Amino acid sequence: MAAGEASIDALGQFKLHTVLGPIGASVNFTQSNLLMVVASALVLALLYFGARPRAIVPGRLQAAAELSYDFIYNLVSEQIGHEGRRFFPFVFTLFFFILFGNLLGLLPFSFTYTSHIAVTASLAILVIVLVTIVALSIHGLHFFSYFWPAGAPIALAPIIVPVEVISYLSRPVSLSIRLFANMVAGHVMFEVFATFMVMMAGAGIVGYVGAVGPLVMNVIMMGFELLVAALQAYVFAVLTCIYLHDAVHLH
Amino acid sequence: MDHEAAKAIGAGIAVIALAGVGIGIGNIFSSLVTSVARNPSARDQVFGLGILGFALTEAVALFALLIAFLILFT
Repeated sequence: MAAGEASIDALGQFKLHTVLGPIGASVNFTQSNLLMVVASALVLALLYFGARPRAIVPGRLQAAAELSYDFIYNLVSEQIGHEGRRFFPFVFTLFFFILFGNLLGLLPFSFTYTSHIAVTASLAILVIVLVTIVALSIHGLHFFSYFWPAGAPIALAPIIVPVEVISYLSRPVSLSIRLFANMVAGHVMFEVFATFMVMMAGAGIVGYVGAVGPLVMNVIMMGFELLVAALQAYVFAVLTCIYLHDAVHLH
Repeated sequence: MDHEAAKAIGAGIAVIALAGVGIGIGNIFSSLVTSVARNPSARDQVFGLGILGFALTEAVALFALLIAFLILFT
């Protein structure tokens, strides 16, 4: 944007375009897909090269791999309990896919695939379908007692049951919108403050001094966004664990 | 009323929700400080819960902010 043109194009950064030339264009391979491949490759590389030395005293990479393994392992066994260990690979994959997506999006000229509701909604639907299948396979038809809190007066059934069903079905909605809204809001804030900087610089020598304000703000925001990127991946993983706990134990 | 002016007013109204979020986050951290002051050895467990509550509450603020952005920029 030329200096002084006062218009904030905040949502343009989320537009998809195909990459890798004509081959990518023919199969609609967008930068979002490319970043997903990069993130998956980075997670695999971290685990592969981290696990390869098998040293007693771990180096930096091995320590990172072991810490991330321990972190998710403790989370899963704390939240779901002893039976939860078979869900460990699922939660681990989910957490690191989202974490690397959020962090890669903070690099310049990059793209955050978690800022698209299509991506977060498919992850959330995957979680909720898995949770329902797990609950049905463990408890059978007894699963439907989940929508009926024990000991409630029977006269309240027409109110309680729909409320419980709606709250169960709204889980994937809140799960997907939380992640997507966090990422979009963060990146829009970057764009808005960066545009303030350009606008102020258009106002002459006084503006150059004033433009330091939004610049400082953007630097602070970057630190905050690093926190949010890790926190939102953590929240997604924790909520997945809580839902799995409900599915395994029913209440 | 002018279209642009109505948009700006609408975006302003949309972020009134942040008042509730401010109260909520303040509540979370005041309880966090109180509980750590009462039982400093529970700090690690309580801190994780507090951060989780903060993230869940902050999401409400972001819903409102997102609506404001949608009104302003689309």
